[in-house]
Amino acid sequence: MTNFFLYLGLGLFSLVLLCLYRGIFGPGVLNRIAAISAIGTKTLVILLLMGFIYRRVDMFVDISMVYALLNFIGTITAAKYLEIKGEV
Amino acid sequence: MDIQFMAAIPFLLGGFFFFLAATVGLLRFPDFFCRLHATGKGDTLAVLLSLIGLSIYEGLSLTSLKILFIAVFMFLAQPTSTHAISRAALRCGLEPWTKASKERR
Repeated sequence: MTNFFLYLGLGLFSLVLLCLYRGIFGPGVLNRIAAISAIGTKTLVILLLMGFIYRRVDMFVDISMVYALLNFIGTITAAKYLEIKGEV
Repeated sequence: MDIQFMAAIPFLLGGFFFFLAATVGLLRFPDFFCRLHATGKGDTLAVLLSLIGLSIYEGLSLTSLKILFIAVFMFLAQPTSTHAISRAALRCGLEPWTKASKERR
């Protein structure tokens, strides 16, 4: 079952690389923000899977929780900044 | 290969499928709002399914309660951030894509 978690994490990592295409080449700031938000969501699940692989879930679940909070705050901050600025 | 792992497999595979669908939508859709539509809904459901599967595999403990708390938090936070960023895009004057305007951005 550790192998199953490992292959699932590797699949999610390949999806992160695919999202990174939109993060690097995406036209404009807004596409990049959306791509980074999607990458952060996938990273949260990858962190929990790493916890299950290393058998230290009680430590990795706190890191994952903090990552979810930071991802949310970062997206909200960028959105408010662009909204007050008024142009892309 | 115990019963908790067997019960967790469909949730994890479903979560991976919705992550895949959201990524394909983010890469292939023609407009910013379409891409946000794909990731905003797909990632929410995928995170929900993945975290429910992982908490089933963990069993009943404080750790699985924390995992379920992350699931509830993401269920609230992901639509909120999607709404905020799409409202910012609309206030910045980004026109939604129609079939008449063939350009991709």
